[in-house]
Amino acid sequence: MAHHDSKPRSFQEIILRLQAYWAKQGCAVMQPYDMEVGAGTFHPATTLRSLGSKPWAAAYVQPSRRPTDGRYGENPNRLQHYYQYQVLIKPSPPNLQALYLGSLAAIGIEMELHDIRFVEDDWESPTLGAWGLGWEVWCDGMEVSQFTYFQQVGGHDCHPVSGELTYGLERLAMYILGVDHVMDMPYNDPEALIPLTYGDVFKQTEEEYARWNFDTANTEVLLRHFEEAEAECENTLAQAEIDPKTGKRIIMVHPAYDQCIKASHIFNLLDARGVISVTERQAYIGRVRSLAKKCADAFVQTEAAGGAAA
Amino acid sequence: MPDLLIELFSEEIPARMQTRAAEDLKKAVTNGLVEAGLTYAHASAFSTPRRLTLALEGMLAESPTVREERKGPKVGAPEKAIEGFLRGAGLTMDQLEERETPKGNVYFASIEKPGRPAADIVAEVLEATIRNFPWPKSMRWGAGSLRWVRPLHSILCITSDEAGTEIVPLTIDGITAGDTTEGHRFMGTGRFAVSNFEDYAAKLKRNHVVLSAEERAEMIAADAQNLAFAQGLELVDDKGLLAEVAGLVEWPVTLMGDIAEDFLSLPPEVLQTSMKEHQKFFSVKNPKTGRIEKFITVANRETRDTGATILAGNQKVLFARLSDAKFFWENDVRTAKAGASEWLEKLGNVTFHNKLGSQAERIDRIAALAREIAPIVGADADLAEQSARWAKADLSSEMVYEFPELQGLMGRYYAEFAGHPAEVAAAALEHYSPLGPSDDVPTAPVSVAVALADKLDLLTGFWAIDEKPTGSKDPFALRRAALGVIRLILQNGISAPLLALPLREDADKADLLAFFHDRLKVFLRDQGVRHDIIDACIAMEGNDDIALLVNRAKALQAFLSTEDGENLLQGFKRANNILTQAEEKDGVEYSFGADLKFVEDDSEKALFDALDTLEAPIAEAIKGEDFAAAMAGLAKLRAPIDAFFEAVQVNSDNEVVRRNRLNMLSRIRGLCLSVADLTKVEG
Repeated sequence: MAHHDSKPRSFQEIILRLQAYWAKQGCAVMQPYDMEVGAGTFHPATTLRSLGSKPWAAAYVQPSRRPTDGRYGENPNRLQHYYQYQVLIKPSPPNLQALYLGSLAAIGIEMELHDIRFVEDDWESPTLGAWGLGWEVWCDGMEVSQFTYFQQVGGHDCHPVSGELTYGLERLAMYILGVDHVMDMPYNDPEALIPLTYGDVFKQTEEEYARWNFDTANTEVLLRHFEEAEAECENTLAQAEIDPKTGKRIIMVHPAYDQCIKASHIFNLLDARGVISVTERQAYIGRVRSLAKKCADAFVQTEAAGGAAA
Repeated sequence: MPDLLIELFSEEIPARMQTRAAEDLKKAVTNGLVEAGLTYAHASAFSTPRRLTLALEGMLAESPTVREERKGPKVGAPEKAIEGFLRGAGLTMDQLEERETPKGNVYFASIEKPGRPAADIVAEVLEATIRNFPWPKSMRWGAGSLRWVRPLHSILCITSDEAGTEIVPLTIDGITAGDTTEGHRFMGTGRFAVSNFEDYAAKLKRNHVVLSAEERAEMIAADAQNLAFAQGLELVDDKGLLAEVAGLVEWPVTLMGDIAEDFLSLPPEVLQTSMKEHQKFFSVKNPKTGRIEKFITVANRETRDTGATILAGNQKVLFARLSDAKFFWENDVRTAKAGASEWLEKLGNVTFHNKLGSQAERIDRIAALAREIAPIVGADADLAEQSARWAKADLSSEMVYEFPELQGLMGRYYAEFAGHPAEVAAAALEHYSPLGPSDDVPTAPVSVAVALADKLDLLTGFWAIDEKPTGSKDPFALRRAALGVIRLILQNGISAPLLALPLREDADKADLLAFFHDRLKVFLRDQGVRHDIIDACIAMEGNDDIALLVNRAKALQAFLSTEDGENLLQGFKRANNILTQAEEKDGVEYSFGADLKFVEDDSEKALFDALDTLEAPIAEAIKGEDFAAAMAGLAKLRAPIDAFFEAVQVNSDNEVVRRNRLNMLSRIRGLCLSVADLTKVEG
């Protein structure tokens, strides 16, 4: 792209450059998953596809929701809804660090002027039963990405190992664009016909969700939804592998996993509503993890994991 | 003799693991080489974020030939025995030698194990080292199965001498050892070959890598001090941080930046913690104001703008971090000024442990206990209770939520805003102490009362729900708490029976006391008090008074290290043995007073007199807890006892005399045992 040596001018331009860069590196550029998730890792393109033996390479933007982080749009960089950029390549290529650094250059970080560091930060997701080793990547002392070699997901050892990159897009973009408050960040080009800031797009929704998340979401309904999602997930996985109608072997991993994602998000909402005590918290996390593990167990039996022959 | 150079080049190794890993590499490789007969003159290990390096000087070019002689079967032994021997030795009949021995002619085999070239041995040892490396946490990557701390990219392994450089042939999971490496990730100029260690270190430096972590740390410390000094400021020393930062860079460039005026009013500990934890910055203090006014960061590279962009970026991150910290501080101060009731209320909803209730309930227990302990340690009971009720309040504060390591310290700051007296403020910080075996022990009476109450509640609570430490598992740090109680008592000279305190009823106190005794043994052992001497004192009454117990043990240790003490112990043991045997044989206990009228020998008479004279003052000394005096009394018994055993036979033919003597031994035993249970003392 011609203007790679120039600075990007907007939030969306940074996203577009990342898409173009990772497409060029051979990743399938996927779209966000159409459900509420806490992080890009929950997208089945990461969670499930990091399992099994089949090679995989995907990159995508994932809108992520963390209800407890809502600040009514007032905090300069805390949001209950934000974007992550996620890359997953399996097996992790030997030059993944270099590829990653190339992506920073592509979004306008001039390597010769900045101090980029890989600082130990091991990743663990208790809800996904997953962990990996890697770093948080610092640019001049600021964390700009998480870089992880997955070792285990859903209780299964990863063979081969996936390399996962996660960029916190708002924070990274604010840094590159030199903006101090997220709501002031240009969303599209500042010289566009109708220039829009991040605040124009999201300030009102941040307020609305913060109020709903913290104060009015019906906790009884949520608690019921949690139970229902859990039951549906388990019920879906308990079905016979052979579909009686088509006679085909169809393990319904993804529909089951949707219910796992749902349970996870409902738990986050309940947490934000402050109705979960410290001890109950662990129990809820354990229940979601148990669903994630069952989905992983099922996925490795499927063709997408390279396990169809089983 | 050749030198050996090994470099394992990987993606970034966690800073905290590097030094240890370099040492482990050195240990594993040198042990392996020496085991195979390959000795060397000198070894040094190095680490940077991306490499572990080992350099050996003066290694043997090949392992020495070893000749081994084996004795075989007799000449004329069965065919099968001889065949077996030949097979085992790998020889043929004509290579055996016949020798005469006292048992006839015997076959001998002389086996020669030829030396092996160094390269073969190095390749084997290095492969084993890499495959079995003791990383605290290791990983796999890509499609391979090799484990390393992060992906391993290349192996440099060469031997070199005057004749030149040789690559050690070695391939591990697709990585073939060579003679090349690369320098700094951003400032280096690609891969280059090296011919020996000097060449390697020099080329690395040219490629902007300082190989030695100590050298990097020294560079950082010197540059940081100079930067600070040039502006009349001083660097706040932090050795742990220095070591960590030296492990984060290959080419350290030290930069100093400003802390915005807005934040200079924050407590220095808050600035320091925030900067260190989040950003690995050093703090720079103004000696005139005592405030932390600047920071030092260490970059991993030079830039054409001499670090201006890097410094600006770091400063911006710091601004955001400190804005948070300031926001927390201001909110907390506001809450404290309003009396902090919301913090205490919140603690009612915070579970301390699901079987031990909320933090608020725990605070109630600590407050009640602190009131009871107060008079014993010379503290005002009301102040002790007030302090106990404040001591945990900061756990609800925003600052402690963000930086848990500031607990206690924030409580001390906020106490002032909440209108508490200085004793309460001090106790908020000090009641957590002592944390480790070398941590200072508080001495202010109110702090001591709350510190003891805090730890005793913790211990009795977990004893009540039967969550005691087992083996290496001690998740609630109960051993540390028990040691804390012991040190608080001893250093403040508190004499009080622990079990007399109003401890919770549902805890097994005898078991808890045994736990304290175990901790005490470990503590006293480190101070050179023998375990059997402690056991001798633990067996005595009043063993829940830790100070008393320790006084007794130290007096006993001192006594037993004198000649009198040592001999008295022997005298006691002899008396006790004779008496025990007689009691077992006769089926009675000889505890009637001996009578002077059955005394036959002068030495017996003298012992009688000595016992009469000493019993009362020794009892008095023990009552007054003056164990040194009690033992000085015992010392006087030594000579009469020795003389007695020298002169008479206890088991006299005259039954009356025998019984009288046994009853006298019983007096000796009773007197000795009133000081300590000497039966438990070894030797």
